Amino acid sequence: MAVDDSKDRSPSERVDVCVVGAGPAGALTAYSLAERGHDVVILEAGPRFSFEDRLRRMEYSLRPAHDGLEVWEMGGDRDAYASTGPLDYPLNDVRVKGVGGTTLHWLGYVPRYHEKDFEMESRYGIGEDWPISYDDLRPYYAEVEREMGVAGAEDNPFEPPRESPFPMDGFSPSHSDSLLVEACEELDITVHSIPQARNSETYDDRSPCVGYGTCIPVCPSGAKYSADVHVAKAEAEGARVIDRAPVQRLAHDASGERLEAVEYATPDGETHRQEARQVVLACGAIETPRVLLLSESDQYPDGLANSSGAVGRYLMDHPLVMTFGTASEPTRQHHVGFSTSGTHQFYDHEEPTPGSFHIGFLNYAGPSPVAAALSNGDWGDSLVSDVSTEVTGHIGTEALVEQLPREENRVTLDTSQTDDHGNPVPEVHWSVGDHAIETAEAALEVQRDILETMGARVTWSTNPRSPASGSHPMGTTRMGSDPESSVVDARLRTHDLENLTIASSSVFPTGGAMNPTLTIGALSLLAAEHIDEDL
Amino acid sequence: MELSRRDAIAALAAVGIGTGGVALYRSDVFDDGSTDGEATLDDPVDTMIALATVVYPSEVSGIDEFVETYVVGRVEDDETHERRTVQALTHLEGYASDEFGDSFVDLSPDERDAVLRDLGIQSARPNPDGSDVERIRYYLVNELLYALFTSPTGGELVGHENPPGHGGGLDSYQRGPDA
Ligand SMILES: Cc1cc2nc3c(=O)[nH]c(=O)nc-3n(C[C@H](O)[C@H](O)[C@H](O)COP(=O)(O)OP(=O)(O)OC[C@H]3O[C@@H](n4cnc5c(N)ncnc54)[C@H](O)[C@@H]3O)c2cc1C
Ligand code: SF4
Repeated sequence: MAVDDSKDRSPSERVDVCVVGAGPAGALTAYSLAERGHDVVILEAGPRFSFEDRLRRMEYSLRPAHDGLEVWEMGGDRDAYASTGPLDYPLNDVRVKGVGGTTLHWLGYVPRYHEKDFEMESRYGIGEDWPISYDDLRPYYAEVEREMGVAGAEDNPFEPPRESPFPMDGFSPSHSDSLLVEACEELDITVHSIPQARNSETYDDRSPCVGYGTCIPVCPSGAKYSADVHVAKAEAEGARVIDRAPVQRLAHDASGERLEAVEYATPDGETHRQEARQVVLACGAIETPRVLLLSESDQYPDGLANSSGAVGRYLMDHPLVMTFGTASEPTRQHHVGFSTSGTHQFYDHEEPTPGSFHIGFLNYAGPSPVAAALSNGDWGDSLVSDVSTEVTGHIGTEALVEQLPREENRVTLDTSQTDDHGNPVPEVHWSVGDHAIETAEAALEVQRDILETMGARVTWSTNPRSPASGSHPMGTTRMGSDPESSVVDARLRTHDLENLTIASSSVFPTGGAMNPTLTIGALSLLAAEHIDEDL
Repeated sequence: MELSRRDAIAALAAVGIGTGGVALYRSDVFDDGSTDGEATLDDPVDTMIALATVVYPSEVSGIDEFVETYVVGRVEDDETHERRTVQALTHLEGYASDEFGDSFVDLSPDERDAVLRDLGIQSARPNPDGSDVERIRYYLVNELLYALFTSPTGGELVGHENPPGHGGGLDSYQRGPDA
């Protein structure tokens, strides 16, 4: 799909703020600051994708001839990485580079974190406490729900307190949910809706959901929120976006206390320096520590902002465990591409372990008609009878599981391999840990109980020792009040450099088990408020 | 089950093409097909329709209009897709005339099916940049199947009136099988 190489990508004159990365963290920070009248430049490593191409990308996602990475043009030298831990970390499956970042590909569930997620050490003696509480974030949660457009119902008794209703009505449960709800009633499990950054009605001039069913990896209608929305809003407030401009390093002044400039490369092979009074690093939890490590200097021989030694360490994700089964009746999967019900009943635990998990009921279990038809090989009448059999009766549940921060889970630089600009690639080392394994086992047991009670035959479930990545990397530039053990403070500014802020799940001291992006957005708005005060 | 122009338009929408209400004629879109292949095609759309009669299940009717609308709309503004579709059709046609002694459109349905099986289409990997056979799988057979199974009528063949790829609204996911 066409790319524009001819754009002016030279730097602006010294700006108020340079934001690195145009995912939701960068987009919301940039918008919030541009709206307050600051001069903002956003540098984004990937391209700006055209909205009109989304249907073609959907076609790629549905036709087996195209590999999943092709949809958002991931892979190749630009995105080279190494995964060296006991569990494979499929980095390029869990991120997108471009204006909008990984939310172009995400699913869009946006629960808030629970109070306990901020207080793991005080409550359970494990993990860390955050230097901020749920109450501190609460107003920002409400704000980011309005910004993204969240559809939700107030039917979740386990939810932390909210101050106002969701901006949009929630989505009704699916037929498939109704089959599982009956089983849950028998098991005394309370089922409720799932808040989604997905329009149940026209919102902010974006389309309501029309049921394409391809939310992961692309929503052609734009009903699913993606951060290109806030990049456009930032631009409307005067921000400038330079795409295909991967940042190579951050350069500090002689004192080592302030950043002077951000160095970035452009497609013509040039390198430029964008000077800025404030810098926001928002590259996701893998590339953010990588940029810091690449920015080593005489003053910071172990990487910029890394006096604590914590940059790159404590990588967490949400191990994803699933249980699938077949029912004796049609379950009508794949009419939409998102889940509509689940349960947070097991989230707030009494004992430290098993920890938090939450379960979602799938509306897209088993193959879809088009996937089954195109991968079958045959055609004509026999194809139809094969596909009919293949697509009926699937039922599935997923659970995200809490993983504790562990020092040895980390992102480092792999100097044996370089990317398209000659920089060492990220090396990701990820393992599960006993707390997460025990929590995954508990989640799998509940999933099995639900499916068996509904009368389904369980056909497959995740091995709790080798779960998939939940696509939520976190923790690699942790937040804390002690500069000896953390990288950023409670306002997300690095302890070492006074004009460098990090907006990302990389600042999460612990990861909970809730999908992280609403919290990323809330933290980004909080950080923007502080940067505004500094300017 | 009757395929309609509405289904074709839905299938086109699934590949990002709005027909804008303008009636397209095959002659406006396709070259005469006598590109660089040895065999020539009388009419690419007729060959595609002939192929669809084997690729689509027998219970489907209305194939001619569906395929014509879809195929013509599909290549209208996409020269590469058009060229590659015609190349794949030309290869199919060449094989039909060499091995079966007749143009693909003039073969019986069983013979057309045999052409596909002899060519090894059943086990061919769909690959837009691959061998002739892999391109037949991608540009012809899978193209037709994609169009069918992302349309409401195609979905209904397998009990699914709002298949992925089709923006069929938010009612169907809430309905039970008997509703
Ligand atoms: C399949 C899938 C499903 C998901 N579903 C959910 C969900 O339901 N709910 C949820 O909360 N989360 C979900 N997520 C996670 C969610 O997408 C991320 O949490 C979110 O996008 C992170 O936002 P971010 O801005 O920090 O990073 P990103 O969105 O990853 O954006 C970072 C941006 O920085 C750019 N960048 C990186 N390095 C550089 C550099 N050196 N120079 C310039 N730019 C750079 C990247 O190109 C990218 O565009 C999902 C993710 C995946 C993959
Ligand atoms: S089902 Fe998903 S992909 Fe389709 S319109 Fe709704 S949000 Fe977008």
